[in-house]
Amino acid sequence: MSKLDFEKPILELEAKIAELRNVGSDSSLNISDEIRRMQAKADRLLQQTYGKLTPVQKVQVARHQDRPHFLDYVRGMIEDFTPLAGDRRFAEDKALLGGLGRFKGRSVVIMGQEKGSDTESRIRHNFGMARPEGYRKAQRLLEMASQYQLPVITLVDTAGAYPGVGAEERGQAEAIAKSIEACLRTKAPILSVVIGEGGSGGAIAIATADRVFMLEHSIYSVISPEGCASILWRSADHADDAATALKLTAEDMLGLKLIDGIIQEPIGGAHRAKEQTIENVAKQLDSSLNSLIPWNDNDLKQSRRDKFLAMGRNL
Amino acid sequence: MNWLNNFIRPKIRSLVTQQKDVPDNLWQKCATCEGMLFNRDLSENLNVCYHCGHHMKITVDERLRLLFDDAKWDEVRLAKVAQDPLKFKDSKKYADRLKAAQTKSRRDDGIIVAKGTITGIPVVIAAFDFDFMGGSMGAGVGEGVVRAAEEAVKTNSALLAIPASGGARMQEGALSLMQMPRTIIAVEMVKEAGLPYFVLLTDPTTGGVSASFAMVGDIHLAEPGCMIGFAGKRVIQETIREELPPRFQTAEYLVDHGMVDMVVPRKELRATLGRMLGLILRPGFDAHGTGRSNKGGSAPKSPAKGGSDVRTAANAARNIAQLAPKLATVKKKKPANTSTPVRKAAAK
Ligand SMILES: [Zn+2]
Repeated sequence: MSKLDFEKPILELEAKIAELRNVGSDSSLNISDEIRRMQAKADRLLQQTYGKLTPVQKVQVARHQDRPHFLDYVRGMIEDFTPLAGDRRFAEDKALLGGLGRFKGRSVVIMGQEKGSDTESRIRHNFGMARPEGYRKAQRLLEMASQYQLPVITLVDTAGAYPGVGAEERGQAEAIAKSIEACLRTKAPILSVVIGEGGSGGAIAIATADRVFMLEHSIYSVISPEGCASILWRSADHADDAATALKLTAEDMLGLKLIDGIIQEPIGGAHRAKEQTIENVAKQLDSSLNSLIPWNDNDLKQSRRDKFLAMGRNL
Repeated sequence: MNWLNNFIRPKIRSLVTQQKDVPDNLWQKCATCEGMLFNRDLSENLNVCYHCGHHMKITVDERLRLLFDDAKWDEVRLAKVAQDPLKFKDSKKYADRLKAAQTKSRRDDGIIVAKGTITGIPVVIAAFDFDFMGGSMGAGVGEGVVRAAEEAVKTNSALLAIPASGGARMQEGALSLMQMPRTIIAVEMVKEAGLPYFVLLTDPTTGGVSASFAMVGDIHLAEPGCMIGFAGKRVIQETIREELPPRFQTAEYLVDHGMVDMVVPRKELRATLGRMLGLILRPGFDAHGTGRSNKGGSAPKSPAKGGSDVRTAANAARNIAQLAPKLATVKKKKPANTSTPVRKAAAK
């Protein structure tokens, strides 16, 4: 399930290496040479493959189940994390988590979608697809950030806002719109990182930020390639064409001047080296935050507006 | 009504082929009650079925005609945006689709920004043209909403947004997604100027359009029966695999669930809007004793009047109070300019 088809040759090679290692525990010279040779080949293959991933392959990597998710980042870079729950109106939505914590010595508000890491947690977190309550909790946390003058870190990882009857009844559209509005009104720096999938309105709801970064193999799109294909090509089989046409890769997004930077992933993707990935993200957030502190509330809000208003005009 | 289709239609068709002056369809069938509607009567009834009250689509020009006083308005010119920045191509090039829509509508994109008065009160309307690629919102449409907000602030007008859109314009990728924050920024500028921002939801208002400027109005009105929602019905059905409730995502359903203030029949729109604008902008008292009240409450008798003096002192005071913090940060500029940094960019 978590294996990617284009990684198959690499995975097969790695399996062979593992096999050889087991056999050759008596360590004859020939076998260790062979292992070294094969390992070099595997590394080369990995580097080659990940050096030129196609857009649709990036979609697969961005959705990889073993990729670090919100809670991995919280564990890896936030001290004293204190989750806060509930939208104070209807419910607690575990698809979008958030709370207070300390990032490199500074108190922050951190929030993001959590996709879950096994079947049980995936269901508990509704696969990272938030309902209105999630976005109303986000609004609440953003207001708190203004009140206490705490920077906000948002980690975006969602296929999109949840499409359900209850979600519609309780105003999914309004919840997303107000969440964007809350971002725009926040009197503290907001830093966003798309760590996996940046799916449409459900993503921008918490990514209307002063600085927006994307992990190297993450995606950011107005619609899923499958959805786009079924509408414009009238067949989901054209998802790879749609993925290419939508310009959803980090590189494309930077080229369109819609994001501020790309955070490198370890060779072979974030799912192969979670800790290194989290460290890379933390490093970028730390330096960006440094450049935004101290801030003037009004200047900050104004430059956030200007940044979004400039989009499309600067092409 | 099949006999009608089979019997009368061919006859009409033969008429049409003989006589070019006769409109294509002399009559049509109401999609809701299947009643027969003669086109002339239907258009006199503002495209509302005179049997059952079903509201059919009207063109964006017809929409403006029925809302503005004396059916008169000035169209605000919109800045040209990058055409097809993604070089998007599915079965057809987006550039070609866009050109075809532009040729057909004689406009650059699917939005009209117009200024005029409603019961004498100055109003800027940003109206979506559903016939232009399903009213989808890309950079051009988003720019229109921003421009409308700037115009409202500049002319002390209320802003009325009239979405009619399936959502974001996929062919502009994430750039269309960014129109969500951009249009909300536009609304913020109007709200900060103390001006009313109303939304008239029309059929359909979904996706990225419903989840942005369309849901942050001071007052939300909707046309009867129109479809409003975030996710598409098919997507929801595929996700939950259940029947959807009756009237799901209709205007009436949204009123029941607290997202829309009122459903207003087309015929009553202008009067309803005028009344609400009057209540807000002509309070009939001078809240802060600034002595600049228009002694509100006076009925808007002359539609010709009512430019900048429509704003009440209360409103102006609110406005100044909100501008004050900005004045502190941008000292060199005149107050009128401080709230709209966008305009500088637009003027370039
Ligand atoms: Zn009818």
